[in-house]
Amino acid sequence: MLYLQILINGILLGGLYACIAVGFSLVWGVLNVINILHGSFIVLGAYLAFFAYTGLGVHPYLFAPIAALPLFILGYAVQLVVINKVIEAPVLVTMTATFGLTLLLDNLMLVAFQANFRKVSLSPPLGIIDLSDTFPALDLIVPVDRLASMLFALLFVGLLYLLLRRTAVGRAIVAVRMDRYAATLMGVNTEKVFAVTFALGAALAGAAGALLSPIFPISPLAGTAYLGKAFVICVLGGLGSVSGALVGGLVLGILESFGALFFGPEHSLTLSFTVLILFLLVRPNGIMGKRGFV
Amino acid sequence: MKRPPVMMIGFGLLALAIVALPFAATNYLLRLTTIGFMYVALASSWNIVGGFTGYPSFGTADFFGIGAYASGILRSSGAFPLPLSWLLGAAAATVFSLMVGPAILRLRGHYFAVASLVLAAVLREITNAATGLTGGGMGLNLPTTGTISVDAQARLYYASMLAAALIAVGVATLIWRSRWGWAMRCVEQNEDAATVLGVNTLATKIVAFAASAGTAGLVGAIYATWIGYIDPTDAFDDLLSVKPIVMAFIGGVGTIFGPVAGAIVFLVLEEFVWRNVLNFHAGILGIIIVALLIFMPGGLRNVARGIERFFTAGRTGHIDKVVPPAVPS
Repeated sequence: MLYLQILINGILLGGLYACIAVGFSLVWGVLNVINILHGSFIVLGAYLAFFAYTGLGVHPYLFAPIAALPLFILGYAVQLVVINKVIEAPVLVTMTATFGLTLLLDNLMLVAFQANFRKVSLSPPLGIIDLSDTFPALDLIVPVDRLASMLFALLFVGLLYLLLRRTAVGRAIVAVRMDRYAATLMGVNTEKVFAVTFALGAALAGAAGALLSPIFPISPLAGTAYLGKAFVICVLGGLGSVSGALVGGLVLGILESFGALFFGPEHSLTLSFTVLILFLLVRPNGIMGKRGFV
Repeated sequence: MKRPPVMMIGFGLLALAIVALPFAATNYLLRLTTIGFMYVALASSWNIVGGFTGYPSFGTADFFGIGAYASGILRSSGAFPLPLSWLLGAAAATVFSLMVGPAILRLRGHYFAVASLVLAAVLREITNAATGLTGGGMGLNLPTTGTISVDAQARLYYASMLAAALIAVGVATLIWRSRWGWAMRCVEQNEDAATVLGVNTLATKIVAFAASAGTAGLVGAIYATWIGYIDPTDAFDDLLSVKPIVMAFIGGVGTIFGPVAGAIVFLVLEEFVWRNVLNFHAGILGIIIVALLIFMPGGLRNVARGIERFFTAGRTGHIDKVVPPAVPS
């Protein structure tokens, strides 16, 4: 029963992780840029949700789509002003450039929000669902706030999937991801697609930040931790696809939950990194990745 | 190659100034130059991997921190004299690079870059958790250098960092001129072609990684005893990985003296920022990094071209220059 409970915890966490990673994965896959800013975008989204809840009383779950909007604009601007200038450069340049932007954004947040940890404490708290009430055989609990975060996170991931599948912009993004030269020849405005993709990545980071604000503490310098998770998820699941982020997120969530049981929660990153390295050596394109299609 | 006499005189004057400085300068200037030597050493160390083999390493902090912690732990045990603990710190970093290198050096491009970056976070987590050995998040206080005066200590670390810088530049030069250096340039140009030509690319990359680790580890070890206190966020700071890259960019990646010149320019820039905007220095540093990358893609020589590009073709850049995504090996 313990293992089943941990599995549930892992799945609840995994849905949220999928939402954290999907924007990062999209930007990496389409722009071929590793966006170190992604972690800081998540933290910014969490702060916006925190102030919306404490100041205006807007519930973080309802606020998530609203948090996505300013981050969409910010992402679009960052792409136009900085990333587009270096997008043809090697990975070293693009990564260092986004690192420089991260220094700037983190410092701005540090000055604006101060360094203390904060957390959205929902009142009244959402409580837990005790499964043994309905099924006496199952001695399991499900925390409602985590469940809600996961469901909303999956909703956003699903919306992105629909966007990529059904809309003209989405088809253009997928086309650029498959072959940016061929897409240009087919009349796709690559520049615009890059900007929209980066903005979408930022928007999803903002939404994910709002969703995790009731669960995890927020601090201006927590971005790196989320970035590490996003990277591990992307590579585990396979780069640049929604299904890959979903699978990778669930795998990481379950891995971290069981890792916390066997090795202690303080080793979660070490464990996932070790698994990642072993995994990369065996299957470099991820669980859902197709070979040669990166 | 015969060098022009002006250059020889210049080098002579520079050497004289370096020797004379500890006896003439204020402690502030001495400290600044010591940091300068540290930057020169780190930039040259990074350049062996990032410049010679062209692998986008964000791993300088990994080696720096390992060197710092290894020598710190050895010093705390009290059994080791200063120079020996430094050398053992460098050795620990090299051994570490030989352990992780064969795994992560098989990755290419973006995968290698992020793996080396995440490695620093992993090491932070491990040092935080191993409280018995490293003091965990409380950090590690190192014993003082002994009974010598503060001025003598400043001179000691000045000389030690200078030695580290000379060693790093020397190792880089030796590798550059050797067969290994040739192989590294082949890897940088085209790794697959190098393999076809019979270059053992993995071994070449491991040699570069180990040389970089040893020199960065030495710097970390000296730094730890100099400052007297290390903690995980300080010793494995991501900035330690990024600063050498920026320095090498300023001076010219993949050359011997480019990183040296870049380190000095960067030091001046950074000191200017530190002094004037203390609580927003990281932000300004970020702006400087981004501006450097946009306006000076080829280092100091290409400032004018960078500005021109910004105003003309710089929108997305030309599509024909966009590098297609790399397939990981």
